[in-house]
Amino acid sequence: MTEILGIPVTVIPGQLMLGLVNGSFYALLSLGLAVIFGLMGVVNFAHGAFYTLGAFAALLGLQWFGINYWAALLLAPLGVGLLGIVVERLLLRRLYRLDPLYGLLMTFGLALIVEGSLHQVFGSSGQSYPVPEALAGAIDLGFMILPLYRAWVIVASIVVCFGTWFVIERTRLGATLRAATENAPLLQAFGVNVPRLVAATYGGGVALAALAGVLAAPVVLVNSHMGTSLVIVVFAVVVIGGMGSILGSIVSGLALGLVEGFTKVIYPEASNIVVFIIMALVLILRPAGLFGKE
Amino acid sequence: MRLRTLTIAMAAALATAAGSRAALAAADQIVIGDIDDMSGVYADVIGAGGVESMNMAIADFGGTVLGKRIVTLTADHQNKPDIGASKFREWADEHGLNVLFGGSNTGVNIGMAKVAAAKKVPLFVIGAGGASLTNEDCTAYTVHYVYDTTALANGTATAIVNGGGKTWFYLTADYAFGTQLQNAASKVVEAHGGKNLGAVRVPLGAADFSSFLLQAQASGAQVLGLANAGTDFSNSLKAANEFGITRTMKPAALLAFLTDIHSLGLNTAQGLYLTTGWYWDLNPDTRAYAKRYFGKMNRQPTMDQAGIYSATTTYLKAVKAVGSTDSDKVMAELKRMKINDMFASGGYIRADGVMIHDMYVMQVKSPQESKYPWDYYKVLKKMSGEEAFGPITGLCPLASK
Repeated sequence: MTEILGIPVTVIPGQLMLGLVNGSFYALLSLGLAVIFGLMGVVNFAHGAFYTLGAFAALLGLQWFGINYWAALLLAPLGVGLLGIVVERLLLRRLYRLDPLYGLLMTFGLALIVEGSLHQVFGSSGQSYPVPEALAGAIDLGFMILPLYRAWVIVASIVVCFGTWFVIERTRLGATLRAATENAPLLQAFGVNVPRLVAATYGGGVALAALAGVLAAPVVLVNSHMGTSLVIVVFAVVVIGGMGSILGSIVSGLALGLVEGFTKVIYPEASNIVVFIIMALVLILRPAGLFGKE
Repeated sequence: MRLRTLTIAMAAALATAAGSRAALAAADQIVIGDIDDMSGVYADVIGAGGVESMNMAIADFGGTVLGKRIVTLTADHQNKPDIGASKFREWADEHGLNVLFGGSNTGVNIGMAKVAAAKKVPLFVIGAGGASLTNEDCTAYTVHYVYDTTALANGTATAIVNGGGKTWFYLTADYAFGTQLQNAASKVVEAHGGKNLGAVRVPLGAADFSSFLLQAQASGAQVLGLANAGTDFSNSLKAANEFGITRTMKPAALLAFLTDIHSLGLNTAQGLYLTTGWYWDLNPDTRAYAKRYFGKMNRQPTMDQAGIYSATTTYLKAVKAVGSTDSDKVMAELKRMKINDMFASGGYIRADGVMIHDMYVMQVKSPQESKYPWDYYKVLKKMSGEEAFGPITGLCPLASK
């Protein structure tokens, strides 16, 4: 069998595909973080908790009200996004004048509260969310069997990611948002309601996390810990991409999924630290991140 | 400066999470401790349910022994060996701890066993599986009560190899428990004429298992040995189903708890072989205990939760029998007495510390076979304690072959 770096060639396309699936989750989550940091300067440690909440919203929606997957895909991010707006209005808003560290600590505390409460009510072992029927099958790609659902995750995430990038970088609304970060008082003088815009931004970023949670629900067990380990990796992705860079977070999310996928074959034991090794290297060589502006 | 503030804040957050319910030491008390994963991935396996079960046992015993009130201490080790060991040391030094129950996580229990030996406080390992606890890492004060990796392998691996699953590939949790479980299963597979084709070591708590599963499939092995536990086990089995791995490979749950099967649902878990030290629906005694437990926790107990009830009672009986809490006297009595209760019949604690009792090889029922809630297992085989836990290995200096 032909080998590259000790990996049989036949395994490579399969691992590429899986790396892309995981990269899609990273991209979607880091995108929300990058939007929130880039436009608000808030380091949102509660991002993992909102992801978990998205998954729980889908699960409980199904169990209690019979809301199906497709509706949950819309409703869960909407609900969690509204919750995000409430958090911004009631809590985060009071911290803007202070050091960014306070926002970080507040969101960190919020994450502990959310995860602790979910643990208290639902325990730690988690619950299964069924794969929606329309996506239940698998496609035989020749080199691997790709579950339809995973393929859907890639497509959905890429569409949402580039849609978000387009809105922020290429539309008038996005231009207004970016103007708010550059010079809020001036924009306010033009008659734009900046505080409302900021609240909506936070809600939007959080909704992206919840959407990732709904997408993840049929793949993993829905439990209170699901966001905890992920959010740290996602932070590393954002740092690598360049804090606040929208495109950077999308591209580095997908790329790091791929790198991690290959590590799982070459040296599996290191697969959960490879992202951090890259982060350290990037911070040494290009402190602003791959796509960041100095 | 900012970094330092952040570090302090993080440390404070961690310290609160590790908070414990402390009781003051006094000469007229018997102090029982339980250090377990209360908030992490293994929390449903014993955790709060284990504390409840321990308290049930104490209440059933009358709340006192030798005229002294029984009090309890509990702490969350957060799956960190240093936290477990330092909490144990603190309780032994400052709270007059008489006995400790060690919850999940082999790594933490190995750390705590060292403290047990140094402080001469008996340690009942309840939730951890690593057989090294009664071999290389054995101490004169360790009792391994519910199950160990040897018994799991002897049960599940033997049943599958004899059923025709001759070639194995393992998905192994990359820490003490996973490697010990894989080694134990590998030995059993070879001893029965099977072959081990390889293993992939997966970091604990991996977010996605599909990549490791494809590697397992590429090995061409017939059996997928899952040497992991808790959420890792459930998520890997879920992904194995999704990726069609289970069509070409037979999954073997080297450790699965009732809670895992409950989370996965019978559609995913049906047909799975697993080994357990106890099941709630075995006989009238187990059902009676389970019914009381269910009344408090609203779920059926796992083998660990039943085990901690039995271990608490066993310890208190030993104290009563010798009329003292002196650790050496109590340990001598523990290794002399027979254990007969809702958990074990004719159980006994061997010189190396293993509690020898019957183990059960189970198969998970299909949704059609399951008649009522939590009706998940059918007994394939009841193994005697001697068969399950195997002969004394000689690795523990306390017990010669």
